[in-house]
Amino acid sequence: MKLPIFMDYHSTTPVDPRVLEEMIPYFTNDFGNAASRNHAFGWKAEEAVEHSRERIASLINCDPKEIIFTSGATESNNLALKGVAEMYAEKGDHIITCVTEHKAILDTCKRLEKLGKRVTYMAVDHYGQINLDDLRKEITDKTILISIMFANNEVGTLQHVHEIGKIAKEKGVLFHSDAVQAVGKIPVDVQAMNVDLMSLTAHKLYGPKGIGALYVRKKGPRVRLVAQMDGGGHERGMRSGTLNVPGMVGFGKACEIAQQVMPEESKRLAGLRDKLRFGIEKELDEVYLNGHPTERLPNNLNMSFAYVEGESLLMGMDDIAVSSGSACTSATLEPSYVLKALGVGEDLAHTSIRFGLGRFNTEEEVDYVMNKVISNVKRLREMSPLYEMAKEGIDLKKVQWSATTE
Amino acid sequence: MAYTDKVIEHYKNPRNVGSMDKADPNVGTGIVGAPECGDVMKLQIKINEQSGVIEDAKFKTFGCGSAIASSSLVTEWVKGKTIDEALKIKNTEIVEELSLPPIKIHCSVLAEDAIKAAITDYKKKKA
Repeated sequence: MKLPIFMDYHSTTPVDPRVLEEMIPYFTNDFGNAASRNHAFGWKAEEAVEHSRERIASLINCDPKEIIFTSGATESNNLALKGVAEMYAEKGDHIITCVTEHKAILDTCKRLEKLGKRVTYMAVDHYGQINLDDLRKEITDKTILISIMFANNEVGTLQHVHEIGKIAKEKGVLFHSDAVQAVGKIPVDVQAMNVDLMSLTAHKLYGPKGIGALYVRKKGPRVRLVAQMDGGGHERGMRSGTLNVPGMVGFGKACEIAQQVMPEESKRLAGLRDKLRFGIEKELDEVYLNGHPTERLPNNLNMSFAYVEGESLLMGMDDIAVSSGSACTSATLEPSYVLKALGVGEDLAHTSIRFGLGRFNTEEEVDYVMNKVISNVKRLREMSPLYEMAKEGIDLKKVQWSATTE
Repeated sequence: MAYTDKVIEHYKNPRNVGSMDKADPNVGTGIVGAPECGDVMKLQIKINEQSGVIEDAKFKTFGCGSAIASSSLVTEWVKGKTIDEALKIKNTEIVEELSLPPIKIHCSVLAEDAIKAAITDYKKKKA
């Protein structure tokens, strides 16, 4: 077993060797500009790009022409929200999203608010899901877009995308979903789910960084966007810029592999994830699962270890790469806004750890991580005044904590 | 975030972890911070009544590595000092000793507060 162990697959993934192999010729021999229509170098590049588009389309069940390549999900989210807001300005000015979205959605919405649009940020329940009746009530005749993520990047909770799509269609409102964590991990079908726009990225599914896509529905309804990047009119005029051919080739191959291995891989990862969870729960008291117990990504585990601060726990596991919702690991000194939205108290948010399992994790690694978590939590609890007080029967919620002089 | 070697050393081998009897008249207990803020330090000192010297110190800390290191360090520093000497320990000295980055300065402030709180508790008992 090689150390350190990477178990932070929600942040990014390594490029699958099969993906890299297919990309390499497009850096050197087949380096053409896909927009060069009059020679063989350009034709070869264009052919590769179109083949990739087909592979991506196949994974989410859409037409290849509906795939618009971007630099990644942040750009896709920006393009979807700003592009729709600008294009449909005459129809309305209202967008509905939710509080646990990625910053690429939330900050884009804030920008749109500054530009005079109205945004509703829906609350979520303690699993991280929006209420569908509330969603219906929020929709007005000025609503042009609903943007709700497929799966949350911190707690792995799946939204009821199928039902949201139905509601959006019934009300004649466009539906965008940031699906970066879901695509390649669980079945995603834009037809069956009535999704009109969807953000994807390659580096979360064993493809390269710097390449993503926005799915834009062409029929029923035909979605139109105002491009946010002006130039040569690439990508059906929606995203100008010379095509990143090797990246697109890698993205396509990664999608093809994901489609082939998904049923088996998701089962294997869910098995390892559950082994990790139940193994930890067997040895430690006062451990809490964050997110939904079943409606979650197969590779996600997010737990709070009461009385043990997350960053100090990470520090004790310096040969394991996981992440924490603790404030100390963020630049803002605020604990995770996602956990807060789920109603996880700030005290427990500081103690949370996110495990993201992936293709290259082994059972041996899971055992190692499990034992390391257990021994470190035990050690740090021995050092924790809160654990001691709790064991003495003191209700920590009733303690009058001193404010620091700071 | 990269930690300095001194922080890592204290985190891995914390000095004087433990608890003393809160009810002991010669023990002063200071608990500072709050769970919502991600840091709680408990510092206990045992004072020799005759000499006024801190004979022993113990801590327990809920917090990041820098918070654990700061409290571990002050238990070493206060031992052998009189109350008045211990009160002179400044958070900036902790920052300097552990090379704490600006974002971790609050850990040192908390450790200084813990010393003061423990001494205040002791003085209250003796009053």
